[in-house]
Amino acid sequence: MARRSIPLLRQLWTLPSFNLTPTRSVTYMPRPGDGAPRAVTLIPGDGIGPLVTGAVEQVMEAMHAPLYFERYEVHGDMERVPEEVIQSIKKNKVCLKGGLATPMGGGVSSLNVQLRRELDLYASLVNCFNLPGLPTRHQDVDIVVIRENTEGEYSGLEHEVVPGVVESLKLITKFCSERIAKYAFEYAYLNNRKKVTAVHKANIMKLADGLFLESCREVSTKYPGIKYNEIIVDNCCMQLVSKPEQFDVMVTPNLYGNLIANTAAGIAGGTGVMPGGNVGADHAVFEQGASAGNVGNVNLVEQKKANPVALLLSSAMMLRHLQFPSFADRLETAVEQVISDGKYRTKDLGGTSTTQEVIDAVIAALD
Amino acid sequence: MQLRKELDLYASLVNCCNFPGLPTRHENVDIVVIRENTEGEYSGLEHEVVPGVVESLKVITKFCSERIAKYAFEYAYLNNRKKVTAVHKANIMKLADGLFLESCREVATKYPSIKYNEIIVDNCCMQLVSKPEQFDVMVTPNLYGNLVANTAAGIAGGTGVMPGGNVGAEYAVFEQGASAGNVGKEKIVDQKTANPVALLLSSAMMLRHLQFPSFADRLESAVKRVISEGQCRTKDLGGQSTTQEVVDAVIAKLD
Repeated sequence: MARRSIPLLRQLWTLPSFNLTPTRSVTYMPRPGDGAPRAVTLIPGDGIGPLVTGAVEQVMEAMHAPLYFERYEVHGDMERVPEEVIQSIKKNKVCLKGGLATPMGGGVSSLNVQLRRELDLYASLVNCFNLPGLPTRHQDVDIVVIRENTEGEYSGLEHEVVPGVVESLKLITKFCSERIAKYAFEYAYLNNRKKVTAVHKANIMKLADGLFLESCREVSTKYPGIKYNEIIVDNCCMQLVSKPEQFDVMVTPNLYGNLIANTAAGIAGGTGVMPGGNVGADHAVFEQGASAGNVGNVNLVEQKKANPVALLLSSAMMLRHLQFPSFADRLETAVEQVISDGKYRTKDLGGTSTTQEVIDAVIAALD
Repeated sequence: MQLRKELDLYASLVNCCNFPGLPTRHENVDIVVIRENTEGEYSGLEHEVVPGVVESLKVITKFCSERIAKYAFEYAYLNNRKKVTAVHKANIMKLADGLFLESCREVATKYPSIKYNEIIVDNCCMQLVSKPEQFDVMVTPNLYGNLVANTAAGIAGGTGVMPGGNVGAEYAVFEQGASAGNVGKEKIVDQKTANPVALLLSSAMMLRHLQFPSFADRLESAVKRVISEGQCRTKDLGGQSTTQEVVDAVIAKLD
């Protein structure tokens, strides 16, 4: 049953359009047995990871969602992601994870990046939008940043030529650029988005970003109903902070995507509330939208004040991916209500609640 | 880019600050972005390995990292700035940005009165748009500096008003602070509504560089007065004036 629905899953990858009154009429007819519990790999991670994944577990139980978690302990100081974890994700096809801390310097490569490479999760998606009731300096923000996840500046290929001189390789291939462009346009097409913007620096890096742009242009000719434009990355950063309402879907290579996603998350309310995930042809890993490597400081962990909203909204995305739309709607409505009420907010949103208080408020708001 | 390489203008400086009378979404912004200008991602070394696969080299050397760090701390010291922040992505690019960070740390030990901290570039972008008042002087490699400077310019009022320039051991070139490659659209040229404020303030920096401080002060006060009065503003600041009108207003305000 699950295997039959995989091709269907790829077609029906939709993201929420936010309206506070849940008026979705359930017009889909589930197949018998669709309500059977699905297995999802859960990686709590480091720092605030266990706190926020614990939040998701509690809320899923309260909703009686048809899924169960297979927990695996992975920590950022491990050398590799354990083989059993990879096997589990390959079997379940869906994973929810907290952040994994990446040690700086030295020779240990980031586990976040390793996981994405092994499972070939080539697209990273962050949805940044204003939440009603959460005051920000920018209004009308609704940006989806689709970022190439496997190559570019984060190839991890560096070497020291002579002592004191280091070379770092940035790789751009037609294959990867094409598939991320295809994913971006397909996403825009399936979610009724009007415009795709390619972010680049091809005036300086003519061959590398030029190749990326070529691929985007080719794909855009196949979607005449979607507007396509290009913007240089430094101008883009400036436009993001002055007129963010002009952006809709943005497709970018690896490094620019990282920065743009974080900037967009910041203007729309902070990395504590933006959902996101990584998707490939066969697997999907859901995690906090931006700054997946930021596992908070020791203070946050001890006082248990991490913000669970981002991971809760990402798990709502996961529920839709698993084709449980009504559970996803319930969860999202509850979270939005808690935020717009404004009584239970963690420190990064300007309040003083602990993680557990926010979780309890969300569970209480579930209907 | 070529000009910067030939004259070895290794530091690019952009001063982003709020102007009184110019409303922005962020207050208390006063950031100086010092960016390494000659190496990093913009080395221009690219080649196509096989058709469809391109490699682009990002070169980081101790020599260049050290001198930009020294410039940044010296700038902070001479201008009574309290904090220098190094922007990097050394958790991913461990060797390259690690080398940059090492150099910054070494130089930081020589200036014990100036606070030094480091921030990862993606977190930095987010902090810039949520709490820009925490940043003072920022020292960055080439690419990050480009993006951070433009973001900071945007939050403080736009690239039309931020002064900046490039400096080397022997020469200095003054130009518009951020987006030096952005020469506007034809419309702006036709209608002559480009914003002259950025270049006027950069020329005030130039006057100080040439050691004519009183001229520099007169020019800056005139420009600030024109902006705070708000009558003559070009389109990017929300007004309707042409370049010439702004120029005339500034001249009128000179004392």
